Amino acid sequence: MGQAKQYLRPSSIDEAVRALAAANGGGRALAGGTDIIVDVREGRRQVDLLVDLKAIPELTAIDVDGAGGARIGAATPCYRIAEDTRLRRAYPGLVDAASLIGGVQIQSRASLGGNICTSSPAADSAPILIALGATCVIAGPTGERRLPVEQFFTGPRQNVLQDGEIVVAIELPPPVPRSGSAYLRFIPRNEMDIAVVGAGVWIRLDGETIAEARVGLGAVAPTPLLVVEAGRALAGKPATRETFEAAAEAARAAAKPISDMRGSDRQRIHLAGVITRRAIETAVQRARESQS
Amino acid sequence: MTKRVHVETRINGREVDFLCEPGQSLLEVLRDQLHLTGAKEGCNNGNCGACTVILDGRIVDSCLVLAPEVEGREVTTIEGLAGPEHLHPLQQQFLEHAALQCGICTPGLIMAAKGLLDQNPAPTEEEIRLWLAGNLCRCTGYDKIIRAVQAAAQQMEARV
Repeated sequence: MGQAKQYLRPSSIDEAVRALAAANGGGRALAGGTDIIVDVREGRRQVDLLVDLKAIPELTAIDVDGAGGARIGAATPCYRIAEDTRLRRAYPGLVDAASLIGGVQIQSRASLGGNICTSSPAADSAPILIALGATCVIAGPTGERRLPVEQFFTGPRQNVLQDGEIVVAIELPPPVPRSGSAYLRFIPRNEMDIAVVGAGVWIRLDGETIAEARVGLGAVAPTPLLVVEAGRALAGKPATRETFEAAAEAARAAAKPISDMRGSDRQRIHLAGVITRRAIETAVQRARESQS
Repeated sequence: MTKRVHVETRINGREVDFLCEPGQSLLEVLRDQLHLTGAKEGCNNGNCGACTVILDGRIVDSCLVLAPEVEGREVTTIEGLAGPEHLHPLQQQFLEHAALQCGICTPGLIMAAKGLLDQNPAPTEEEIRLWLAGNLCRCTGYDKIIRAVQAAAQQMEARV
């Protein structure tokens, strides 16, 4: 049984970055704690210092600005994302994911920043953040940098963060008219499980033609993936079952999964196609119903 | 050497302060230091919900909260539910419906159900089942628990 030796609750990003940089690799950021507290307790991670980000106002703020997109503080708990009617309207796929990460107790605490920093290949928020074209805002000792979410992950439970760096926010591009998004995953029970496969889809319609599309896939490779070929299979094509099937085929081709206790590689490749097609259908339906 | 942290908080309506290790969980402090042993340690990793408490109006797994995090906040545990004369309707209805066997999951289920009824006084069966998905019971098969929550909701509605 491991335990962190020090707990800090800074009130500014600068203070948090300084404390983490000074910890010489022994420090970790604490958002909702639903992963890191277990990792430390079970000895999977040696941590000397936990820096609680939740007293930094912008880390738990949701700003939705119609013209400029949205900025979600990295430590904002999932339930606040799930309950936010502005986010539900503009980014329904993100609300799909935030609503199904864990049960109610976990949603009180778990955050987008924590979900991507744990960097599980099966992270539920990752495929839809990738599909929505989200950017992570990273603060560190040398200042701030921005990175598309698909470039954040470097391997299972590994990412680009350097010592002293923290993800402070997720930024989403402004919603465009006649667009829709959806996240769907396959799990063997109805809730509270880890994705066997997850797919996030964003599409924009022009009439009944798909003008643009982005597809993200989870749990089928060492990191969450942006499946460029699936987006290409949709763009410029009519919104029909045949088009969706072509994108599903591209998703199957991009899937390079492992076999583990949750599913075999063959099952995951099959599911990558099914889940992608169904997520596309929902995203298209939402785009048709979108007001503007 | 770790430096102990002094924490001031409110638990079940009373001002409480304690010293804890920086990495200690709220569950450990509740049970081992404050002798509030109602919250149970089941899995100790956020799957079973036996340690559910209410923190500033939201249900959380107290095994996944660090004790220093509750500084200045409001915690309610199963010990804070009953009045001096009467059990809380949820406690009463869990008894009436025999919604427990071994009892380990019961405090967590009652706290989770309270979190639901506080924000949704008349939930459907589906809403109750979905809300309680983070609480595992290995004895009852859940049906009696669902009936108890429905009955408590009706009892609480009738009172107001």
